[in-house]
Amino acid sequence: MTNESFFYQALVYLATMVVFVPLAKKLNLGSVLGYLIGGIIIGPAILGLIGHGGEDLMHFAEFGVVMMLFLIGLELEPSLLWKLRAPILGLGGLQVTVTALVITGLAILFGLPWNQALVIGMILSLSSTAIVLQMLGEKGQMGSAAGQSAFSVLLFQDIAVIPMLAIFPLLAPQGAAVSEETTSLIAGQPAWARTLIVLGAVTGLVIGGRYVVKPILHIVARTRLRELFTASALLLVVAIAVLMTLVGLSPALGAFLGGVVLANSEYRHELESDIEPFKGLLLGLFFIGVGATIDFNLIVEHPMLITGLVAGIMTLKFAVLLGLGKIFRLSREQNLLFSFALPQVGEFAFVLFSFAGGAALLEKDIVSTMMAVVAITMALTPLLMLVFEKWIQPRLGSAADQADREPDQMDERNPVIIAGFDHFGTVVGRFLRASGVKTTVLDLDSDRVDLLRKMGLKVYYGDASRTDMLKSAGAEQARVIVIAMATPEKNREVVATVKKNYPHLQMLVRATDNNDAFDLMNDGVLRIYRETVDTSLRMASDVLEMLGRRAYQSQRAARMFRRFDERSLKGLSAYRDDKQYVNVMRERIEELQKLIQADAYTNMMIRDAGWDRENAEERN
Amino acid sequence: MKVLVLFAHPAFERSRVHAKLIRAVKQLPGVTLRDLYEIYPDFDVHPDTEQKVLKEHDVIIFQHPFYWYSGPALIKQWMDLVLEHGWAYGKDGNELKGKYMLQVISTGGNEGAYSPEGHHGHVVKQFMLPFEQSARLCHMHYLPPFVVHGTNQLSEQQLDQYAQGYTQLLQAIQAGQLDLQRAQQLQELNSLTGIPQITSASK
Repeated sequence: MTNESFFYQALVYLATMVVFVPLAKKLNLGSVLGYLIGGIIIGPAILGLIGHGGEDLMHFAEFGVVMMLFLIGLELEPSLLWKLRAPILGLGGLQVTVTALVITGLAILFGLPWNQALVIGMILSLSSTAIVLQMLGEKGQMGSAAGQSAFSVLLFQDIAVIPMLAIFPLLAPQGAAVSEETTSLIAGQPAWARTLIVLGAVTGLVIGGRYVVKPILHIVARTRLRELFTASALLLVVAIAVLMTLVGLSPALGAFLGGVVLANSEYRHELESDIEPFKGLLLGLFFIGVGATIDFNLIVEHPMLITGLVAGIMTLKFAVLLGLGKIFRLSREQNLLFSFALPQVGEFAFVLFSFAGGAALLEKDIVSTMMAVVAITMALTPLLMLVFEKWIQPRLGSAADQADREPDQMDERNPVIIAGFDHFGTVVGRFLRASGVKTTVLDLDSDRVDLLRKMGLKVYYGDASRTDMLKSAGAEQARVIVIAMATPEKNREVVATVKKNYPHLQMLVRATDNNDAFDLMNDGVLRIYRETVDTSLRMASDVLEMLGRRAYQSQRAARMFRRFDERSLKGLSAYRDDKQYVNVMRERIEELQKLIQADAYTNMMIRDAGWDRENAEERN
Repeated sequence: MKVLVLFAHPAFERSRVHAKLIRAVKQLPGVTLRDLYEIYPDFDVHPDTEQKVLKEHDVIIFQHPFYWYSGPALIKQWMDLVLEHGWAYGKDGNELKGKYMLQVISTGGNEGAYSPEGHHGHVVKQFMLPFEQSARLCHMHYLPPFVVHGTNQLSEQQLDQYAQGYTQLLQAIQAGQLDLQRAQQLQELNSLTGIPQITSASK
């Protein structure tokens, strides 16, 4: 590759990223779809800027997947991984097995020989780690039950690629030239030796990560050359990938293991922030490659075949996922999210198909058709997700989810009801419990309710904005309701219900910010608690203390600040929709600064005369 | 005369004596009650507010339990912050001039313990010297305390008598019927009310 063409290519790809991703983000489509669309547009089908280089690009950019798994490994401490063993083996294992078997069966029905059918079944059972994790991460869903399940399945699939690669040559027709990977050290070794080498490599990785990499990173870190650390981080990932390829393991899996080994190390965040941009770039390239490889000629030639295959594969995978999610007790909404996330075929399919083609396992026609199908399923995933979010999820929250799970029966008559029990409500509840106050807790997240119940907390599933729920929570007898739902909209719904049906209940309402507080004021709520004010002020007064101010004065100033801030908030609410708002706000801020200064320096010295003996004596 | 009761009790919920006394205060029209521990749980006494209230009253009563021969900490904090130089005392500090100040105190020990021969060696009023002199510095008249003695041994009936006596005292002050000159000579204001001597009875 000449320099010229290198710069030209870099120009095309980078420009594609910079143009299409912000555009997609702006349209709420997510970055993955942006890359894919960009790839389609610059690909041979439309602009033809990159010719047929898409596939080469993808092989190169697949390294982004390796980096991503390294980063995921870094986030996962071994103990957490151990906790996930059931979903990884159970959910992941079943997903791969069931999907592979069903597709194999269908392929045989369509007249393929059994060995080819099995190969296709196994390959199509995989999903795309790159697309799914990027997408779920962007939507903040990685921590949810669906996100965890999806992750478990993807991890199992990454592991499953290894035996697949091992089995393929055995499935090849007798006499066909079996092309082994020339890079693999262990080709031609007897089976027991292969196993030993693989085990040795993994053990070496774990031990090396702990006893070799850490000291090296320590030395590198002490040079205080940032780029050297970045180089070491990249070297680490590349070295793992090379080692894994040498012994015939999946580089992604190796990188993941390496990440887990280093998850407890003090360099975790450093490594994360160094690898992150490379991962992002490479994954972006990878998605562009996927978009560019979609062979539109093939689609035009066999529209029915391709459409049928895409629809069939995705529906089938979706159905299997939905069924497994049900078995593994995901709530309806989480199960749908999980199933909508994973029905595509993954990036490993490109590798495996070309491997199978090379091994004369599959005919060239089938390989190229399947490649197109795989790329289309990947490109469709973000669109499916969009459909799910826009049209399906909103209906679940209100009707379907409740229909799916009956609100819990409550027999409690407690003086306090807590509506909403995420990190905010939990603290309120814990404190009240510690103070011997009985509370009835309602929460909308069924998974959380189950979890808290397992932990021995009495939490009920139900929507506190519904009158009947409040009634069965004992709203008639209760005196106080703490409204701490996750979203301002939901909080206001609860406020409306309480005002209408239980006016005797005193409301304490969580607000996210000033605007939210204004809304609540308009609704006539008197006790409004902005989420972060108290914590921020505690932090700020600690800053003063660390700068050498006396603790008592710092905390007193913080309390005064809060009182003033709350008072001025009430005044500001009159101007909220006004153009004057900014001006009035500025005045208040200045006023407050003056007041604080007056208090901190003047007031504390002169006003608090009783604390300033010497001054007082003089003036006497 | 307008009466202000500044009440300070960090564990009011556990005090049967002050529960009765406060109920008596609340039943009297025209008496302003400020529950300091309820208003200032964070000890951030607002001097402006307190000074404004003080100016509107003629008689300032501190009602509190007897802790370490003095009042609870918030009373002291209140004094530190509110009785400012140049306002309550000092060259131009005349805002409290001519007002009356007195304390309503509950003690665990009985009257005998608070005597020169008793366990504590002094009468209650003697321990109140800092308050007395503070009042004087602020140009106020200091009246001797009204003391509920032996709180641990009091029967409900005796408590009711104290509450009644407190009510009488407040009414007399409001009506201007209390002989302030004479009162200033006493050790305790108890003898001005109808409270019988209960020291020996409770022993």
